[in-house]
Amino acid sequence: MRGLNKKLFSILSIIMLLLLAACGGGNTTTDSNSNKSEDGVISAKFGVIAYLTGAGAAYGEAITNGLKLAQKDINALGEVNIELVIEDSAGKADQALNAAQKIMSDDSITAIIGPTLSTEFFAVAPEVDLNGIPIMGTSTTVDGIPEIGDYVFRNAVPESLAIPAAIKKAVERTGAKKVAMIYGNDDALTKGGFDVMERTAKEMGLEITTIETYQEGQSDYNAQLTKIKNTNPDLILASALYNEGAVIMDQARKMGINIPFVGGNGFNSPQAIAIAGDAANGLIVATPYFGDSTDPKITKFNEDYEAEFGKKPDQFAAQAYDALFIYADALKRAGSADKEAFKEALAATKDLEGILGKFSFDEVGDVIMDVTVLEIKDGKFIEFE
Amino acid sequence: MLLEQIINGITLGSIYAIIALGFTLVFGVLGIINMAHGEIFMVGAFVGVTATGILGWPLWLAFIAAIVVTSILGYLLERFTLRPLRGKKGVSHLAPLISTIGVSILLENLSHHIFGAGNKPFNTSFSQISITIGSITIYLVQIVIFIISILLMIGLTIWLSKTKAGKALRATADNLETASILGVDTKKIIILTVVVASAIGGIAGILVGMAFNSVSPQMGLSMGLKGLAIIILGGMGNVKGAMVGGLILGLSETMLVAYGDSGYRDAIAFIMIIVILLLRPQGIFGSKVSQERR
Repeated sequence: MRGLNKKLFSILSIIMLLLLAACGGGNTTTDSNSNKSEDGVISAKFGVIAYLTGAGAAYGEAITNGLKLAQKDINALGEVNIELVIEDSAGKADQALNAAQKIMSDDSITAIIGPTLSTEFFAVAPEVDLNGIPIMGTSTTVDGIPEIGDYVFRNAVPESLAIPAAIKKAVERTGAKKVAMIYGNDDALTKGGFDVMERTAKEMGLEITTIETYQEGQSDYNAQLTKIKNTNPDLILASALYNEGAVIMDQARKMGINIPFVGGNGFNSPQAIAIAGDAANGLIVATPYFGDSTDPKITKFNEDYEAEFGKKPDQFAAQAYDALFIYADALKRAGSADKEAFKEALAATKDLEGILGKFSFDEVGDVIMDVTVLEIKDGKFIEFE
Repeated sequence: MLLEQIINGITLGSIYAIIALGFTLVFGVLGIINMAHGEIFMVGAFVGVTATGILGWPLWLAFIAAIVVTSILGYLLERFTLRPLRGKKGVSHLAPLISTIGVSILLENLSHHIFGAGNKPFNTSFSQISITIGSITIYLVQIVIFIISILLMIGLTIWLSKTKAGKALRATADNLETASILGVDTKKIIILTVVVASAIGGIAGILVGMAFNSVSPQMGLSMGLKGLAIIILGGMGNVKGAMVGGLILGLSETMLVAYGDSGYRDAIAFIMIIVILLLRPQGIFGSKVSQERR
């Protein structure tokens, strides 16, 4: 009886195995040479490195959510089939590099998206470029990112495009002459944003009353703000991520500082309003993504995202969403998941209609697109007039 | 400007002091640096956010909730991570330090999962109440924080020096075995110490939430490290030292931002500790005789 059972069991397992193999065949084959299945669908695997644990995990979460939504929409179209391999970088350059090495050790990976922070990107991209794997940053806005190598791209709007646009409009309307500055000095994004702000302020002939710094995750900004308050500026240029930025604005308003703030890319998020409430009124940012826009592409994206993840998307989610569509488009034109062909197709991306508007790469792989200047008024982002 | 910055510094310093009190209490009795204290403080802040923001409870109830939750955490910490390691042969004296680090990582990640990443606002009408004198605005919260820190310090000092439990606690701190031979229920005293220290951490959490309106799962780490620095500065296991050390650190950080470069804010704390330890190795209020505590 025991022997019979054993035999039955092994026969059953073989049948199961065969069934499994039959299910697996056809649609996804990981070998890069035979990535085109019979029905003409090109399959590719993309590595994703995102900031998923630690102080800035909210950014990585938004980015991977955006990517997952895009993956669902792209695969539903049926032209290409994309698989994502997601790794955590914890916001640290060394961990991001480890994650990249893990992803690169898999030969079937066509290209990489991420990491989240520019600091991490500067550590990872040269290595990835050396291995001939295309890499694109969706949230890396510091100067000099696409210049790292031929295989390096980004669809994040650089600070050097966004910040001057915001400062110019803000100064035009408020007639500000004196500005105070505050920035996080331990992150490449906020430091890079500060450099652009300082440069722009000097070019425009604005008087800088004081320059203050803080470190990521700090909770008490009263000392810096008291100092700023006493220099009587007309405008505050704050190169901060929204997490810290919103708290800075809250403490500033409590102290009686009621002048407008101009922020960089990292400050532009509905979360800033969620954290600071009314105190967020008067924040001016330039962005490729305007969440409350009536553009049907954006309203559809917002609805889908909220239905899927239960919260409103921000610019990081939107840019990640577009990034995967840029990859999918390049994949389609390349006709295979071959890294070299994919890179050539990617570099040739021109006037691709994403949810953020028309998108092209310039000759080094940097983004060409229009930005909108927004301000928060009555607890809502509106277009800045 | 100077007066405003002094108020900022005292507020920050009082918060540091309250956190350091929790550290110093546990160190004084057990000779253990409780690395999970910062995270217990963070949990206290999140209980405050949940109680006032999501459940809509009044502030006093939020305080009680935070104290209850952090006390329970303190008990669990003692029961499951400290007690099993105590008095066993072959256990390194670093083992409790490592197990509390484990608890701190667990608590940080747990609150990350429950509350999500990023700052949570602490909405209470109480933190909006302010007094304006000339160009200076003082918030009631700032005064309350200062008063609570002073009351805690006085309360702890009286409790330690005058009450029976306090005397038992000091006896235990002096020598665990002798105290237990003399009829002190050392097990109870140790539980009491960790629970009281944790409850103080919980109070500090709510106060930080009210004062700075920013609560995040990562807030425990930097505050915890500052608290640790303060007890070294003030003298390990010394209540007065924790208070004075906290105020010195808070004020000097604020003054450095006000009249120097804000980029060196965190560095000053540790430079100052090195200097003070060179001049007074036992800390400002520390006793010269080093005690062997095991």
